[in-house]
Amino acid sequence: MTAAQPSNFGSARKMLLWSGIAALCAWVLVPIYLVALGAFGGRSGVYQWPKSILPTGISLEPFLLFLRTEGVAGAFLNSLGAAAVTVVLSVLIGAPAGYALARYDFRGKDSFRLLVLLTRAFPLAILALPLTVSFIRIGLYDTVIGVGLVHTILALPFAALVTQGIFMGVPRELEEAAWVFGCSRPQAFFRIVAPLALPGLAATAVFAFVISWNEVFAASVLTVRNRTLTAYLLTVLSESPLHYRFAGGLLLILPSVIFIFAVRRYLFAIWGISSK
Amino acid sequence: MQNIKKTWIPYLLIAPSVIFLALLFLLPLIQTIWLAVSEGGAPSLANLRTMAGDLNFRLAIRNTFLLALAVVPVQIVIALAMGSMVAKVDGGRETILWVWTIPLGISDLAAGLLWLSILQNSGYLNSLLFSFGLIERQANWLSYQTPIALFFAIAVAEIWRGTAIVMVIIVAGLNQVPKEFREAAEVFGAGPWTRFFRITLPLIKPALQSALILRTVLAFEVFAVVYALGGTNMPVLVGEAYTWQNQNQNYGVAAAYAVLIMVISLAATLVYLKAVRVDPERLP
Amino acid sequence: MANIVIDKIKKTFGSFEALKEISLEVGDGEFVSLLGPSGCGKTTLLRIIAGLETETSGQILIGGTPVNGLAPKDRGLAMVFQNYAVFPHMTVFENVAFGLRMKKADQNRVKSQVDKAAALLHIEPYLDRYPNKLSGGQRQRVAVARALAVEPKVLLMDEPLSNLDALLRLEMRTELKAVLQASGTTTIYVTHDQTEAMGLSDRIAVMYDGRIEQIGAPVDIYSHPASRFVGGFMGSPPMNFIRLPVTNGTVKLGNMNHAVPASVEREIVLGLRGENVSLAPLAEGLRLDVRVAEPMGSHLLLTGTIANQPVRVILPPGESVKAGEAIGLKLAADRLTWLSPETGLALNHPSR
Repeated sequence: MTAAQPSNFGSARKMLLWSGIAALCAWVLVPIYLVALGAFGGRSGVYQWPKSILPTGISLEPFLLFLRTEGVAGAFLNSLGAAAVTVVLSVLIGAPAGYALARYDFRGKDSFRLLVLLTRAFPLAILALPLTVSFIRIGLYDTVIGVGLVHTILALPFAALVTQGIFMGVPRELEEAAWVFGCSRPQAFFRIVAPLALPGLAATAVFAFVISWNEVFAASVLTVRNRTLTAYLLTVLSESPLHYRFAGGLLLILPSVIFIFAVRRYLFAIWGISSK
Repeated sequence: MQNIKKTWIPYLLIAPSVIFLALLFLLPLIQTIWLAVSEGGAPSLANLRTMAGDLNFRLAIRNTFLLALAVVPVQIVIALAMGSMVAKVDGGRETILWVWTIPLGISDLAAGLLWLSILQNSGYLNSLLFSFGLIERQANWLSYQTPIALFFAIAVAEIWRGTAIVMVIIVAGLNQVPKEFREAAEVFGAGPWTRFFRITLPLIKPALQSALILRTVLAFEVFAVVYALGGTNMPVLVGEAYTWQNQNQNYGVAAAYAVLIMVISLAATLVYLKAVRVDPERLP
Repeated sequence: MANIVIDKIKKTFGSFEALKEISLEVGDGEFVSLLGPSGCGKTTLLRIIAGLETETSGQILIGGTPVNGLAPKDRGLAMVFQNYAVFPHMTVFENVAFGLRMKKADQNRVKSQVDKAAALLHIEPYLDRYPNKLSGGQRQRVAVARALAVEPKVLLMDEPLSNLDALLRLEMRTELKAVLQASGTTTIYVTHDQTEAMGLSDRIAVMYDGRIEQIGAPVDIYSHPASRFVGGFMGSPPMNFIRLPVTNGTVKLGNMNHAVPASVEREIVLGLRGENVSLAPLAEGLRLDVRVAEPMGSHLLLTGTIANQPVRVILPPGESVKAGEAIGLKLAADRLTWLSPETGLALNHPSR
């Protein structure tokens, strides 16, 4: 009897642990499930009372109806476009800086790092406010490229710091070996460093995508007709029926959840790096 | 340690970033400050005065601060709990972590809409309360008449969304603390709480610090969640900036709000850097 | 094949002088080790020869051609790195072939060279595999094969064995020697392990604090160290240094008087290799107070004091000496090194 006690105690703790984990998983998943019910439940679902948490009376129809609503498809494409601009720019500009930080000691390195880190202490999206004026002047206002540029400000410091970590993960000796065995610097980079850094760079790109895709404030400030999905939803929020809002929420969630799933392996490594 | 003749290479590599940051970070930063403290091209405090005299100003400040105060500590605690729990799990660790990181990919707007489906009048919370007999008809949580309920609703949505990022940073930090430290403490007789407070917590200070900074800066930027759940029923600072910019077309006052938010964010960052001081010599 | 001339190479990092005008000549086909403790500048010198770092001043000639300012790829050399630096995203075959591919060698030559190098290092079974699946020793073989496959004029090796475990290190050392003897490549080998340097080299350059302390054949350096540093660095146990009083040009070792080099007056330092002693009656020999006796199987290692100074000596395994005993030692008179107590330099060094 006494001998069995420790194991009882142990299994009770295990129960507690797993119920805690299950509760936290439910805390994350249940709201997503419920908004999906709302999105697929249509008008009748929204006003059903009291609601059942079982998926009754749902169909794809209400969601498809929402997708066919005027402006939604365009906003979706604009969001994709702005995110594409952000991904391309932040990787193309950020990765070389990350490489320089990882491989070179140079005068001004600390100041540069400070500049990059400084951006973190600022609510960057707010900077869209004065940019409205300059963007109107140079014709970038209300364009996908303009939104992408501002989103790149959000993603660039992140990309530079993360790629620094990624390039530091590729041993310098590999590159030196390539130089010794006949590569020029660019050759060594593209033959040795780039292939080894590729998964990490892809993860960085995905994060840049998610950052842009989810950004609300700057996109809303900088667009009028060419709304991104977030900006579109924000502006039509007050006058659209509830099930449209839920469908919009679901549409916002889907791509980024899929992308986070794709890079889940890198999440912790990347944040380990970028939070240093 | 590099080839002397190639000193220009790193400058070439960082040049695009420097130019980009100068044009789209430093320049707008200066412009914002100038817009806020000028009027028709001359220095003036008119915008700041308009801002401070605005009806919503005090409310916005109070709400934003209260939200940050309510949200950030809870997020840190939940994230620490998640990190400690998942450290004890062998099988299914990856899946659990993935589920917990899902909100990382979700915008504040979407998070607001998510919780709207639960908290709206004919939503799931009311349905649940009704089925337990706790309410008789649909209760309203999100109107301007129920500011406290609305505040809690927004806080819950923010906690739901923002905990993921804190968790990721903290788990990444925990991964860098070798298990041996905790085991050594256990061998010498430290209980689980002592181990957590005396060993683990001090060693993840850098992660904690960056999580606090990141989350607090984001908390002062809170906007879309508020908008999605309560419309303009609960004023917050960024929401006011948005209104002045888009509805009132008054860029000066919007800039004044922007400067205020930046000052608060910077101050918070400095406070954290001082308060959670990381001494590199005391880390492994 | 080529010789290497290193002429007054100097390297500073800020105000720190890593290399202080080093000059060294390595003959065609010769194997020279740069031996020294960490921070002595040996790796910096090797990296300068490779072109991975740039000298502050001085000149380097490989096969008579100055290579200063040339990129590593244009210097006609190959290198084996400490962490192997085997490319993880290429098969073993592609790794070994890498240098040849960069030189745009034709397919037949690549194949034949890779096969030759692979046979030499016994890695034929792994040619299709990726390096991640290989052990440390196997990766090391790949790294050496990659270097030999290009048939370099000069081979540079940076502590290539230091990441292997002790047993494997011994095995690889022997094999490396056999392979390099067969290929006859001019080789510069950086190591901090004196047994490696002793076993492999034609000549050893002992480096300390950015300078070459002594250069010579392994046995010479071992038996006739030019300075206290070299004697203390070479050999296991290291050379013992015993400060002794000088009277009338002699020191008293037990009941014998030994003449010392003329230039010293009051005191001299005796450099004594642990194995250059034999047991003698306590009354006749130099007195050693034994503190610890360790029977090592092949020999008996004694730690104790002579004239209150710490000493380690080696006796044949059969001797029975216990801790706490005092014994007499007879020294091999022709194998002693005498050093100046002030400068630490050897007084009876043959080159002096």
